[in-house]
Amino acid sequence: MTKQIRQLDRVVIRFAGDSGDGMQLTGDRFTSETAQLGNDISTLPNFPAEIRAPAGTLPGVSSFQVHFADYDILTPGDAPNVLVAMNPAALKANLADLPRGADIIVNTDEFTRRNLAKVGYAASPLDDDSLAGYAVHPVALTSMTIGALAEHDVSKKDAERAKNMFALGLLSWMYSRPYESTLRFLERKFAARPELVAANVAAFRAGWNFGETTEDFAVRYEVKPAKMLPGTYRNITGNAALSLGLVAAGVRSGLPVFLGAYPITPASDILHELSRHKKFGVVTMQAEDEIAAVGAALGASYGGSLGVTTTSGPGVALKSETISLAVALELPLVIVDVQRAGPSTGMPTKTEQADLNMALYGRHGEAPVAVIAPKSPADCFHAALEAARIALTYRTPVILLSDNYVANGSEPWLLPDVESLPDLRVEFATKPNGEDGTTFLPYLRDPQTLARPWAVPGTAGLEHRIGGLEKADKTGDISYDPANHDFMVRTRAARIETIPVPDVEVEDPDGDARVLVLGWGSTYGPIGAACRGLRQRGLSVAQAHLRHLAPMPANLGEVLGRYDKVVVPEMNLGQLAHVIRAKYLVDAIGYNQVRGLPFTAAELETMLEEVLKNV
Amino acid sequence: MSEPVALKLTAKDFKSDQEVRWCPGCGDYAILAAVQGFMPELNIPRENIVFVSGIGCSSRFPYYMNTYGMHSIHGRAPAIATGLSVSRPDLSVWVVTGDGDALSIGGNHLIHALRRNVNLKILLFNNRIYGLTKGQYSPTSEVGKITKSTPVGSADAPFNPLSLALGAEATFVARTIDSDRKHLQSVLRAAAQHEGSAFVEIYQNCNIFNDGAFDPLKEPATRDDFLIRLEHGQPITFGAGGQFCVVHPPGGFGLEVRETANTPVEEIVVHDAGVADPAYAFALSRLPGLDLSNTPIGVFRSVDRPSYDSVVQEQVAAAKATVDRTPEQQLAALLGSGDTWTIL
Repeated sequence: MTKQIRQLDRVVIRFAGDSGDGMQLTGDRFTSETAQLGNDISTLPNFPAEIRAPAGTLPGVSSFQVHFADYDILTPGDAPNVLVAMNPAALKANLADLPRGADIIVNTDEFTRRNLAKVGYAASPLDDDSLAGYAVHPVALTSMTIGALAEHDVSKKDAERAKNMFALGLLSWMYSRPYESTLRFLERKFAARPELVAANVAAFRAGWNFGETTEDFAVRYEVKPAKMLPGTYRNITGNAALSLGLVAAGVRSGLPVFLGAYPITPASDILHELSRHKKFGVVTMQAEDEIAAVGAALGASYGGSLGVTTTSGPGVALKSETISLAVALELPLVIVDVQRAGPSTGMPTKTEQADLNMALYGRHGEAPVAVIAPKSPADCFHAALEAARIALTYRTPVILLSDNYVANGSEPWLLPDVESLPDLRVEFATKPNGEDGTTFLPYLRDPQTLARPWAVPGTAGLEHRIGGLEKADKTGDISYDPANHDFMVRTRAARIETIPVPDVEVEDPDGDARVLVLGWGSTYGPIGAACRGLRQRGLSVAQAHLRHLAPMPANLGEVLGRYDKVVVPEMNLGQLAHVIRAKYLVDAIGYNQVRGLPFTAAELETMLEEVLKNV
Repeated sequence: MSEPVALKLTAKDFKSDQEVRWCPGCGDYAILAAVQGFMPELNIPRENIVFVSGIGCSSRFPYYMNTYGMHSIHGRAPAIATGLSVSRPDLSVWVVTGDGDALSIGGNHLIHALRRNVNLKILLFNNRIYGLTKGQYSPTSEVGKITKSTPVGSADAPFNPLSLALGAEATFVARTIDSDRKHLQSVLRAAAQHEGSAFVEIYQNCNIFNDGAFDPLKEPATRDDFLIRLEHGQPITFGAGGQFCVVHPPGGFGLEVRETANTPVEEIVVHDAGVADPAYAFALSRLPGLDLSNTPIGVFRSVDRPSYDSVVQEQVAAAKATVDRTPEQQLAALLGSGDTWTIL
């Protein structure tokens, strides 16, 4: 039968199932197909910390949301237009997020009395009118997959596991996705077991063909490619981009990258990724604990590597003493904090921005470091390079505050020209710098950067001792002199405060905004989408976003002063707002949520509209 | 291979310009002098030697060595030195630590450095007390130790540092004494020659807070009866005229001390530091009594196992050997890997 084809400008799909159902993989493949087509995309995985929570239960639900459009988009979408629910738990856990009229594709095979009871459904919602407001498409996903694979030489379990490919085939048909990359992927993934390649491809095709033949799906959709800057793109998660940024920092500095890391959600993927790039001279060490991880990185920096440690909030807390040592030693060190909901173990797979205070202040003594934050998944690449640049140029620890939202979310990344990346080459000290021509002064500073010489072991004539004890200016000898300590503390502060960082840019297309929304880190997308929404409705609002949290851009005070009101949305209880109030004496209005999820554009738009009403 | 050029360094070359600030009479002075006196033997340029320490009296050590050095933070020296050693296999990296630094706050890093077999020479100055914080008991203090923090006696059992290191399957484990310069240097020599982690416990006297802790091992009147000087390939006997010997009683797990006169020669254990199973060296480490009787010194264990550093660097070298492009070309290929699409 011929199907009607309808054009859409944007769609949000959420794949939801049991953690064992392969929803992350399904979403990932759909995203890849969508990227191939040239839509702009933004994704949001959402999964439990438990590897395999009890099957069919609400805590075991794992989902993957993908937003794609024929124009540039900023977020993974507030609410799904389509929910794929592989079982009753997936339906129940996600239903509240769906707007009325949304499509729901349910795997009816899993709506058994037992599975319904597990999540507290007395009767099947498919059989009553509780889903009347939605377009429900009941599909016997499991049994049709098993049926399609009847002739295949695979176990019933393997056949059943291929049901996610059936679902992917169906959705790929519905949205007219090119599927060649998925077929290639399956060949790679199951290279060792050709029978599984055949089975999964067959399941995918069965899903596709089911869409084409069944009368339940009368409409097929198209979303045209987005207008994007010319160039080559790939879809990339924040953690992957950050890893590549660190590899690039090694290439552009000519230094070996040394990563000391202890596995922790949601940062472990950076360790996994970097461990695969030994041919770039990258050394990765899975340390015995967080403290050893940063210690080893600092030791490597002392020896002339770009020392890096990657972790999440609890890990930064453990590393705090060593970061202070790095402040005293004045050596380069990059600390990546992929923030998650805290305190303590908190919600390890959920996002939050509540480590800003710790990054800015969480050390003993006066121990300032540079702090920067990426604003989107692809931006993690450039943020990593910027962190390395500051660390190497100014010989300082730099904390890079990513979070679970950008780390696991993905978006298209315009591949940069390698030659255009910043030149990070450094000069090690090679000869004595004292006036007598023979003495080496390890704390004689460069007058421009205030950085001390980086004299690595192995350099003859520059043998010297450094340590955590206070050092005399220039000589680095142990010193308890009061005036010297005062001088050194102020110098270490000035060293960070005077790092030149780019001015903050303000987006105010109407030019007459009286309200400024100031954000940092991963809230860039939702804030930007909310501002767009307001502007489309004729309201004026300005947006500024901070990449550099320490030091802050030199023009920030002036920018803040231009507006009647400054609103600071954050996924914490007002940590940046607090800094802005203290530092610039601006009566910043906080908007704060700590639900483990990113802001939706809609909630920010509603909030900002209220603020605009009152100026 | 050509003969290395003799650098003709002397002990003086290894003395830094810093004033040594340990308490007068501290055992650390003797160790410092022994190390400075030994270093020229290595024939390694000073710039390729690094001393890394943690916190405590012993950890001031790097300031007094005219090499590269880092006085780091409490307990973390093995971790910091691991990063340095793994990333710079050309360096000779020494860790100086104490019983509190290595066995209390830094215990985790110590055992993991040893199990990894990082190419570090770890000198643990054991004085069985906290000196820098003025006299609290340490994890090697005897049970019942009366100190400022344990006025009615400590309640917890101590670590035997060598047993601990052997439990972590350290590939080189030795013990020596601050006051016996010749023995100390012979142990340093063996440690320096070892590829991988070399763990050396040095009994060191704190004359302020725990004076005389090792006197039975030092006093001429007692030391020969108390000390068992291990020598590879030699039967283990000690005491005046070899009065005592060490045997492995049948049916038992450990080693025991007997009167040599009543023991058939073939039952006397011949010391073999190369025994693969750490159980033998562990048994040796269990010989001493609470009064320090039967205390072996020397090299307990010295076995070959690839160092962590060498394995890591071999993996990197093997990966690099596959590269036939410039780093920039390689990077461009990496960035563009996976599913890409092009917009014209």
